[in-house]
Amino acid sequence: MSTTHLANLKPGQSATILSLDIETGLQHRFCALGLRCGQEILMLRRGWMKGPLHLRVGMTEVMLRRCDARQISITGIGKAA
Amino acid sequence: MRQIAVLGMPNTGKSTFFNRLTGSHAHIGNWPGITVDLMMAEVKLGDELAEVIDLPGIYDLRGFSEDEAVVRCFLEKTPLNLVLIILNTTQIDRQIILPLQVKQLGLPAVVLLNMADEANRFGVQVEPDLLAQRLGMPVLPISAKYGMGYHGAIATITASLQQHDNLVQVAELEERLLNDRQLANDLAVILDGAVQMPLKLSDQWTSRLDRILLHPVLGLPIFFAAMYLIFQAIYAVGTPMQEWLGNGLDWFKSSALEPFLAPLPTFIKGFLIDGLYEGIGTVAAFLPVIFLFFLCMAVVEDSGYLSRSAFLMDALMERLGLDGRSFVMSLMGFGCNVPAILGTRVMRSPGLRMLSMLVIPFSLCSARLNVFMFMSTALFTAEQSPKVLFSLYLFSFAAALLTAAVFKGKFPSQEPLVLELPPYRFPTIKQMLIRAWCEVKHFWIWSRKFIIFGVIAIWLLNNLPTNVPAASAQTLSGMIGQAIQPLFAPLGINPQLTVALFFGFIAKEIVLGGLAVIYGQPEDGDLANAIAHQIDWVQAYSFMLFTLLYVPCLSTIAVLKSESKSLKFALLSVGWSLGLAWLASFFFYQGARLLGF
Ligand SMILES: Nc1nc2c(ncn2[C@@H]2O[C@H](COP(=O)(O)OP(=O)(O)OP(=O)(O)O)[C@@H](O)[C@H]2O)c(=O)[nH]1
Ligand SMILES: [Mg+2]
Repeated sequence: MSTTHLANLKPGQSATILSLDIETGLQHRFCALGLRCGQEILMLRRGWMKGPLHLRVGMTEVMLRRCDARQISITGIGKAA
Repeated sequence: MRQIAVLGMPNTGKSTFFNRLTGSHAHIGNWPGITVDLMMAEVKLGDELAEVIDLPGIYDLRGFSEDEAVVRCFLEKTPLNLVLIILNTTQIDRQIILPLQVKQLGLPAVVLLNMADEANRFGVQVEPDLLAQRLGMPVLPISAKYGMGYHGAIATITASLQQHDNLVQVAELEERLLNDRQLANDLAVILDGAVQMPLKLSDQWTSRLDRILLHPVLGLPIFFAAMYLIFQAIYAVGTPMQEWLGNGLDWFKSSALEPFLAPLPTFIKGFLIDGLYEGIGTVAAFLPVIFLFFLCMAVVEDSGYLSRSAFLMDALMERLGLDGRSFVMSLMGFGCNVPAILGTRVMRSPGLRMLSMLVIPFSLCSARLNVFMFMSTALFTAEQSPKVLFSLYLFSFAAALLTAAVFKGKFPSQEPLVLELPPYRFPTIKQMLIRAWCEVKHFWIWSRKFIIFGVIAIWLLNNLPTNVPAASAQTLSGMIGQAIQPLFAPLGINPQLTVALFFGFIAKEIVLGGLAVIYGQPEDGDLANAIAHQIDWVQAYSFMLFTLLYVPCLSTIAVLKSESKSLKFALLSVGWSLGLAWLASFFFYQGARLLGF
């Protein structure tokens, strides 16, 4: 299965988080917000002018900057259910 | 006394529960990071007196930002009888890690599954008993906002408190916590079969609203239009109320106070009426505006739109070295700068925090709004004055943007931004009224303290020595004003106004009260007219610009210093804002005069 990073996901697509390439302190924060390996993630919209991404993980909606999203690799891209 | 701490992730309703439990008025808002400091209150549970502590939100007990550090430090230093863990039921899939961590630490706890009303609406089903069994601590669904399940929760808390009469303290928090992998495993085991999430989030309202409010093209225009509408509403409703109250206070002065005090010597009478009464009355007339303002603020803060504005503005803020949260804090600064500066504790990178703290004091806070409302209604027509006011809001934005652009290199940061976008909510009428009422009370108590001091000082300066005409160049204020005139004359700010600015350093309420004292001398007593006679609109606008941009108040400086832990930084902020204020007023005044106004 092909892997890419989260910033490449298009609105309406969902994928599974494969790994997070960020420092430990931040990993705790991401994990607490539901951004964990194996979690299904849905791209809701992408901000204007290279603005942040609007994502949904589980029951939580978060915004994330594109540069940070590039550190998150994903796999199994598909259309959201 | 028993010690109970209220612990939970940000924005889960800890403060809402704390308020319900203790009858306090902690600040509530639909934004993660409203509470950034400890708040305590006492309450009687059963026949025990307990001290309840509302903590800032914490994502993870290994958390690293300033507000999380407050929680960790508290947990390590304070022995507790009981921890109340507040979870947002609809997000139990991720928030359950907190009770797991607390259990690991061996702290006695009760878990409250808050927002039961939303969980119902979104179709999240939880089996509290099964969870309780697996976690080994009581688990109860409640709604802190609407009161469902509250009494049951209190009974359980009281019972648990009786069981745990010994204090427990945790040392070396870090070492005792599980690692991520174990945590993820435990989490899955605990939730399995006890929680049913809907396949799709069913908050249709939030999705629909977001489609419009976060629209790539329309989002920002809608945001600014909404802000403009709120401003218009406050102005349209607030000004007449302020006029009525002002007229009422004037009427009281001329029909009761003056006849009553007539026998007193002129000097004392002047001091009491033209000094104290006029000064305090002018400020008091603005209480309805403050009330309205914070009524609107309560709706904005509780709506969840703040987080959306962070989303909309982040791209621009990123280019200025800030982020969406800095923008939200600047918005909060429109109420009062002090809590906004404290609110930057959610930021982890010192550079980002410092830059945000440098920017926030330019937010036109409600105290300054009163000064501007007063001056603009005095010097401009009813049609012009809301536009004048709005232009000052634009200047406030511009000054913030300029400051960020200038200092971005000095305070670099690389902080990743991940922020929750909570569902849209609406405050209850009671929440709104309490918020507005608390702010009015605070403004009143606070301004009274300063105004009495400021008004007395300004009045005395204006009237001493007694053998010269009041407010003339021979009085003390005239002399002080003259002494610093070389600095202020190029801005079109006369000696009296200079004295008002001088005291405005302490708090902006004094500027308004001071103006009342300075111009309250003429017989006809109409302050607004008196000002209009002595200065023209160019001078007035230059004065307002200076008031907008220079140091907001002493408390802001104090907070800047304590939060940055650097005197140098506080001085930088003071120096920069003074310089910017001077330059802006200078260019405005000289420019306008050059153009022939
Ligand atoms: N629907 C619903 N909303 C709630 C409930 N309890 C709290 N809220 C809302 O949740 C939001 C957050 O409430 P707060 O009490 O400020 O949350 P907090 O946990 O103190 O947040 P921080 O101090 O930022 O960590 C506000 O908009 C509340 O009105 C509830 O039981 N039901
Ligand atoms: Mg709180």
